Amino acid sequence: MALVLTDEQTMLRDSTRGFLAKNAPIAHFRQLRDTRDPVGFSRPLWKNFVEMGLAGILIAPEHGGTGLGCVEAGVVLEELGRTLTPSPFLSTAVLAAAAVSRAGNDEQKKKYLPQIATGDLIATLAVDEAAKHRPERIALAAKRSGKDFKLKGAKTFVLDGHVADVVIVAARTSGAPGDASGLTLFIVDAKSKGLTVERTPMVDTHNSARLNFHDVSAGADAVLGEVDAGWSALEAVLNVGRACVAAELAGLSDEVFNRTVTYLKERKQFGKAIGEFQALQHRAAHLYCELEVTRSVVLKALQMLDESPAAATQIVSMAKARAGRSATLAVQEGVQMHGGIGMTDEFDIGLFMKRARVGQELFGDSNFHADRLAKIHKY
Amino acid sequence: MSNLETFRKETRTWLEANCPPEMRRPAQSEDDTCWGGRRWKFQSDAQRLWLERMAAKGWTVPEWPTEYGGGGLSRDETKILRQEMRALGCRSPLDSFGIWMLGPALLKYGSEEQKREHLPKIARGEIRWCQGYSEPGAGSDLASLQTRAEDKGDQFLVNGSKIWTSYADKADWIFCLVRTDPSAPKHNGISFLLFDMESPGVSTAPITLISGSSPFCQTFFDDVLVPKANLVGKLNHGWDIAKYLLTHERDMIGGMGNTSDSRSLGHIATESVGTENGVLADTVLRGQIAAYEIDAAGFKLTMERVGDLAKSGQAHPAISSLLKYYGTELNKRRLELVMSAGGSDALEWEGERSRDGYTARAWLRSKANSIEGGTSEVQLNIIAKRILGLPGA
Repeated sequence: MALVLTDEQTMLRDSTRGFLAKNAPIAHFRQLRDTRDPVGFSRPLWKNFVEMGLAGILIAPEHGGTGLGCVEAGVVLEELGRTLTPSPFLSTAVLAAAAVSRAGNDEQKKKYLPQIATGDLIATLAVDEAAKHRPERIALAAKRSGKDFKLKGAKTFVLDGHVADVVIVAARTSGAPGDASGLTLFIVDAKSKGLTVERTPMVDTHNSARLNFHDVSAGADAVLGEVDAGWSALEAVLNVGRACVAAELAGLSDEVFNRTVTYLKERKQFGKAIGEFQALQHRAAHLYCELEVTRSVVLKALQMLDESPAAATQIVSMAKARAGRSATLAVQEGVQMHGGIGMTDEFDIGLFMKRARVGQELFGDSNFHADRLAKIHKY
Repeated sequence: MSNLETFRKETRTWLEANCPPEMRRPAQSEDDTCWGGRRWKFQSDAQRLWLERMAAKGWTVPEWPTEYGGGGLSRDETKILRQEMRALGCRSPLDSFGIWMLGPALLKYGSEEQKREHLPKIARGEIRWCQGYSEPGAGSDLASLQTRAEDKGDQFLVNGSKIWTSYADKADWIFCLVRTDPSAPKHNGISFLLFDMESPGVSTAPITLISGSSPFCQTFFDDVLVPKANLVGKLNHGWDIAKYLLTHERDMIGGMGNTSDSRSLGHIATESVGTENGVLADTVLRGQIAAYEIDAAGFKLTMERVGDLAKSGQAHPAISSLLKYYGTELNKRRLELVMSAGGSDALEWEGERSRDGYTARAWLRSKANSIEGGTSEVQLNIIAKRILGLPGA
């Protein structure tokens, strides 16, 4: 497959971009932030997403979705990255939809997927338990108690955790932290007894929460996939999430870069545009190259997830590692080249830096993914 | 079966029948690369046979038109041919500056006579070309070149000297930038000339590099007479041709790192550094190698994407500067890591064990990548101005 967007994908990009520019520019994000919005995103805007078919982008038509793929989801996230729009798209339309679609049985699919597509259900995935993403170290215990399971432990960095209706929890049913085997995915009602949620406002003002499980009951019908064999489904879902976050970072980086190059042409010092100085020209040109290279890997990763997901692990790690690194460079150069004004809250450029830092950590930072690649290549 | 699938099948069958087994093993040294030319000594019958058979099909230059010795293949067919050659491990039958640089320029700017005269000989490997661009006083500022060609009726009289002329001592002909109008602004007084290196007044002197080898020469022109028929394009309009040719040179140099050693860096390092707890014993090096591998894969995909963009006319004309800059910096990084992984073994300069210092020499040679064909800094200038539209100079 050619490493370019198809005409349909280009149309999706243009329509999403147009919609967000009109309805959810950065001012929209600022308003949610400055009013300390209790939901953290705009429900009416999410309704618009539903009407555009975006909430069901990864959901099969038989379950009410549009049945598109990861490339299309990535296209949408890239645009969300440009405008920093807070949205349950990643938690619900990508992570939860992918988890239920891939691991769920027919009954579960019928129950959850149509509700996601219609925007009636906010859902999320709870994986991390410590400050760094290490999914194989999951310790949250799911112990059998009769026909049911009792979940005990804690999750952190759960996207949209404080407003989610259901949470897909990766729990340990056997083995010890560090074992890939012995993990099971549960889909749990957020109102379950014993489940407490603490919203954790983050540096980027996007939604995140800590979840505490005090012997939360989960029936056999809450098991998503096979007991003890949740690792491959979890990895598959995480890979979709990783590539999508990489796409968001690519969009964010591109926006930062465009704003910075524009500023270099406008800002005058020593009687000329600062973009005339070779010291800045070379740094901008280098950054351009890094972002172009990242764009190639991210697109390839998204295509591979659609074509042969089982073989996509390596390219997904490459995409997430590169997107994290080049976004870090983009926002640092962006703030530095804007000078003093780049440090002000009034100016937007710093907002991208905050979001990029969070995107870098989500589902494994650049080091995590470089390490994973080295392990795959056995060195 | 689609036409392309049929083509793939036929190509595979033909390659299997016609590529000698010796030509399916990776090249071990520079001698394994066939450069052709009047004075070329084939390393083996297999090397000669492989060149002859491929040239007869026009597949040394698959995309060139058949009337000029090419294969007349489409872009997609060429891609398939290369894939099938890679799959069988076939070596390139012929490497040459004629193929990579002069040919594309002649196809675009040459007269019909010039194309018929020169292109088939390039395709068959009969004439080896060198490039007369840089001068002692004109490196990055190439357009300030001083080699002069004076109008003497039917001929030009060429005087001056060129430097870094790759393989000038082995080449048969030179494509050369000369100043034909000293009074015009520097970009407007340059012409593009072709001439025989055996012409009276041409001499070459190899330059020994830090790698110990002498791929480059200084080349002197002392009252060299060149027929006017050998002027390519219009008089004083050589700079356009020069720039067009440079984009091809950049693609060539930028892609060089991809063809060398097939063993992965991780593998090389594991063998020489060893492992602890199942991972490379030098964990800092391990991280650097992984970061390199990610960037290298990204670069390869970028070349692919740029190719796909070019097909639909969406590639920026200056994008070759990105490939040149990124590819060469990456190759230098790779060889630094190879040296780091190899430790003192990689420092050996002579003897069979090190194949006469193959690694150390390759490491030193790589340093020229970001200088030749326009330095990294020149590429960044081009990107800043032509792609980003930054003002000034």
